[in-house]
Formats: sequence, C-alpha cells, structure tokens
Amino acid sequence: MSAALLIEQLLNGLQFGVMLFVMAAGLTLIFGVMGLINLAHGSLYMIGAFAAAGAAAYTGSFWLALVAALMAAAIVGAIVEMVVIRRLYDRDHLDQVLATFALILIFSEGTRFVFGSLPLYLDTPSVLSGPTTLPGGIEYSKYRLFIIAVGLAVGAGLYGLIARTRLGIQIRAGEADREMIAALGVDIRKLYTLVFALGAALAGLAGAMIGAIQAVEVGMGEPVLILAFVVIVIGGIGSIKGAFVGALLVGLTDTLGRVLLPQVFGLVMDASSATTVGASLASMSIYILMAGILLFKPSGLFGGTP
Amino acid sequence: MTFKTFAIAGLMASTASMAVAQDVRIGMITTLSGGGAGLGIDVRDGFMLAIDQAGRDDIEVIIEDDERAPDRAVQQADRMIQSDDVDIMTGIIWSNLAMAVIPSATAQGVFYLSPNAGPSQLAGRGCHENYFNVAWQNDNLHEAAGAYANTAGYTNSFILAPNYPAGRDALTGYQRMYEGDVASEVYTQLGQTDYAAEISQIRNSGADSVYFFLPGGMGIAFVRQYAEAGVDIPLIGPAFSFDQGILGAVGEAALGVRNTSQWSHDLDNPANVAFVEAFQAEYDRLPSLYASQGFDTANLILSALDVAHPDDADAFREALRAANFDSTRGDFAFGPNHHPIQDIYVREVVMEGDVLTNAIVGTALEDHADAYAGECNM
Repeated sequence: MSAALLIEQLLNGLQFGVMLFVMAAGLTLIFGVMGLINLAHGSLYMIGAFAAAGAAAYTGSFWLALVAALMAAAIVGAIVEMVVIRRLYDRDHLDQVLATFALILIFSEGTRFVFGSLPLYLDTPSVLSGPTTLPGGIEYSKYRLFIIAVGLAVGAGLYGLIARTRLGIQIRAGEADREMIAALGVDIRKLYTLVFALGAALAGLAGAMIGAIQAVEVGMGEPVLILAFVVIVIGGIGSIKGAFVGALLVGLTDTLGRVLLPQVFGLVMDASSATTVGASLASMSIYILMAGILLFKPSGLFGGTP
Repeated sequence: MTFKTFAIAGLMASTASMAVAQDVRIGMITTLSGGGAGLGIDVRDGFMLAIDQAGRDDIEVIIEDDERAPDRAVQQADRMIQSDDVDIMTGIIWSNLAMAVIPSATAQGVFYLSPNAGPSQLAGRGCHENYFNVAWQNDNLHEAAGAYANTAGYTNSFILAPNYPAGRDALTGYQRMYEGDVASEVYTQLGQTDYAAEISQIRNSGADSVYFFLPGGMGIAFVRQYAEAGVDIPLIGPAFSFDQGILGAVGEAALGVRNTSQWSHDLDNPANVAFVEAFQAEYDRLPSLYASQGFDTANLILSALDVAHPDDADAFREALRAANFDSTRGDFAFGPNHHPIQDIYVREVVMEGDVLTNAIVGTALEDHADAYAGECNM
C-alpha cells in the first residue's frame, strides 16, 4: 500500500472517529451526570437527519438544515426529558433501558408516519461537494474534511464548556454528588433538562452531517448507537476525554481493520478465502479492541474506579 | 343455545362454506414496515392494481406484514394455511424469509408464486412443482451485469458486496459471465453505511469498472459517497440500487450509472404502457421494478384462474406453467424449474423533466435462464 493511500485511510478513520465522538459525547454526558442509560440516543440522531432533510427540501439551504437539525433534536430532547426521562432517574437501569427502548419504537414509527418509509434525500452544500487536493497529491472529499473540522470544534467546545464555564462546574459537580449540588441551591431539574437537550443536539448534529452522505431513513440511528456505546465503554463511562480517545480508537481500528486485515490474510491463504475471513474478522475488530482494553482497564481508559 | 338455533347456525355455516367453495383465497405476506418496506409496498400496490382491474369478486386477498422477520412470516404463513385456508400464497421480498416459508407451504399443497425473492436453493435441488418464481432467480441480474461488462469492453473490475449469502451469490453471478480480470474482490459488513475506506481502495486499484451489489440504504450511501469522492471509474450495478423508489434518495449522484433489470418503465409493449399509466393514475408515482413484479404475479394468477380453480391442482399448475398472460416485460416464459426465461436489459439513470428515472440503453442477455435449472428434478 502506498503512503498516500495509507494517509487517505487514516483520514477516513479520523472522520469516522470524530463523527462517533459527536454522537458518544452526548451519551456519556447524560450517563455521567444523570446516571441514565439512554437507548433513544440513536433516535435523536435520526430526528436530526430527518429534520435536516425536511428543512433542506423546504429552504434549499444546507446550513439552515443543520440549524434545524440542532434545534429539532434539542427541542425533542428537552420535551422527552421533561415528560419521560425525569421519572426514570431514581429507577434502576433495567427500567431505564425498557423505557428508552420503547422510545425508539415510538420515534421510529412516528417518523415513518410523518415522512413515509422511503429514504429521504439530503445533499451536501455545493461549496463542500467534490474532492480537494491535499499536500502530497492526496485527493480527499471536502465534505469529510468538514466533518473532521466540526467534530474537532465540538470537542474543543465541550472541553471549554466543562472546564471553564459555570455550567461546566455544575455538570462536574452533578457527576460527583447529585444530592449535594441540589442542596447547594442549583436547580438540578433545569440542569438535567439542559444537559439532555445538549446531548440530543449533538446527536442531531451528527445525524444531519452524516445524513448528507448516507441514507436518511428510519432505523439509521441504532447501528451508530451500538458503536457509540462501544466508544463510551472503552473511554470510560461519563468521561468526555475518554469518549474522544475511544471514538478515535474505534474509528481508526474499524477503518484500518477493514482495509488491512484482508491483505494480511492474503499473505497466508488464497485470495477469496482471505477476503471472506478478513472481512469477517474486521467486523469483529472493534469488539476485540473493547474486550482487550476492558481486560486491563475494567472501567475504561479514563473511567473512575468502579 | 337451544337445539333449534344451533341447527340454524350449523345450516348457515354449511351454506356459507358451500358459497365460498369456488372462491379463491390468496395470502400475501410481505414487508410493509421497517427496513425495506418500500419494496413490499410496491409489490402489494402492483399486485392489487391487477386484482382491482380484473374486477372479480370471487378473489379474496389477505395481506400481512412480516416486518422482515422470518419468525413472523412463518407464523403468518401457518395461520393462513391452517385457519384461513388459502389456495395461493405470494408476497415475500427477502430470500431468508422465502427459505423459511416457501418449502413448508408448498409441501402442504399450497401454490406459492414469488414476486421477488429467488434463492438458488429453490431453483435447483429444492425446486417444487407448486413453486413458481415470477421475478428472477437471484443471480440473474448479476449475470447480466457481467455480460454487459464484456460488451462494454471492461477488462479489470473492482467488485464489492456485503458479506452475507446473497452478497457472495451476487459476486459469483457477476463472475459467471464476466470474462475480464478482477482487480479486487471486497466484502463489506451487512448494514455498513460508510464506504470511505472501500472508495479509497477503488481509487487506487487501477480498475476500469466497479461492480457493486448493495441493496437498500447501503447502496444509497455508497453511490453518494462515491460521487462525493470524485472517483471517475464507471459504476455498474443490478437494478435494486437504482430503482424508482430509491433514486430520489440517491439524487443526481446516480446519473449515468448503468444497471441491469428485467423491466423498465419505458419498455415499449402495450401491457407495460397500460400498466405504467394505470399505476401512476392510481398511486400518483412512477412504478418500480417491484411494482411490475407484483402486477405480473397477479396477472399470472388471474390467467390461470380463468382455466382452473387451484383445488384442481394439476390443471391449475399447467395453466400457471403456460404463463399465458400479457407480461409487462413482453416475452415471458417459465423454464423447467418454474423460473423465468426472459430478456435482461441494461438501463441508464437519466433525468426526465425533474424526475430521476431509468432509460433502456441495450439488452444484456436474451432469453436468459438460470444456472440451477439442471439440478432440479421435478
């Protein structure tokens, strides 16, 4: 494999990783602050994509569509938190899983009811369509570079928010001791709604960005949700830094595994069985990575002691 | 209940069953919700259009949604056969569901007409006298794509499919006809939606053509990302990723792609012209490949019902085998294993007004039968 191709694949892995980070950041924030397992996070991703597709069809502008996705997911997230999720904080995780699983079904069928079963269309904006030439003669999609930039900006923004703002202090305090922060006079209900809406908005943003290069369809969120869970388990549940490192690890492992494993097996067996075995093993690679990390760090890379 | 009312009820029940004795019940199990629902909806709409056009009130169609789940499909089939007493079944879209339902249905004496799924097992050793496939054997469109690659002068193809049985069959089918070299054979994960890594490989492969089989959302994602990456190696695919239901979501990225199909809305024969017009009038959208298959299936059943009732199994089977109906595909005949012998065309994605659709540019294979007919002992 040439160096240019390797760099291109590294960029692909990076792009996949930062997209997973935007998704996983909300999930890990919600778990860290509220102790809630939110299976419906994938539905918020889907809502973001559908809102973007709807807004783009109506206004013709990708940027307005991104705003619409953020707003729609945040509003739906806030409503869901106030109506359903709020009743679940004191319940055990099984109740949370059941209730949020029910939300997946409701959102999927509701979306199908409104938008129909056929996939929708969302286009990339014309300034970002097509490839650009990077130093070294590597041709790479402008839109994927845009996703990388947005993902890194979200990471920097979240870091600033949590490390430097009053809201961040409250979030960190909420993670450490929920009762105490309420006793100190912080409106914990408002804080929870805000954190949930923030997580939802990030999921919606990821959905809208990815919707422009993939299919906008019902059920698009669940495969990503599974990967996002893998990311936060690897990174340590509740840790934004862990989610970032975990997401990049998963993105790179998945992308490079898909490319390299069939070639590695090609050295020792014939071509057709090498592609089959390599492809099968590549689809397992991130789970093997997760198992390996949990073996040495049972609470994840940046998780606290269990 | 007194004896008298009991007797009356019994009498009514027996006259009722006498009255329905000559009626025909058709059970349709298809995918109407969940992933891939668009296909089942089109098959149903095409099928019901033909039934409505026939205007017969002795035909009852029972429709169930399998939600693409094999266990649901099996339950529904059992209920249709045992309680609803259906004569004919149809509707299944997916090969794995077909394998779960069809062998047991035909073994219980029900006629099964597949409007879509054509797994190789049912065309070869597992063929059955009561099973007819009105669409294609699964390999057919891939074989046609291989044949087209030869005529188009491609000699170095990059081939790509998901790592599951139909995906492996697709690449085998392509290579059965294709005579050139294979630059690389890549299997992706089923349900994968990001193809950046594969597209980078394609760009660097030196291939002169790309053949891919990625049904549903996978195909939408691949084609759009392929256009986005600016790779200019021509794509070839089977009709599934470029059919009417899906083209709107793929968008202009699909323009110019060549795909193989046994049907196209611009096929110029009277049955097809009438079908396309009636379908648009009824449902306000262009029909898809799947809608044409549902329509043909219903018309085949209707043509056989004019000859015999399914209770007279031998006569009804002969009437089906004769395929004496006006197919939207023009020429249509069954091979010895009850799978179609038909022409397969090459289509190109074009813009008609402001609607993306397909136009026929040539014929890939004429009177093409499947590769498994020889293994079938009926």
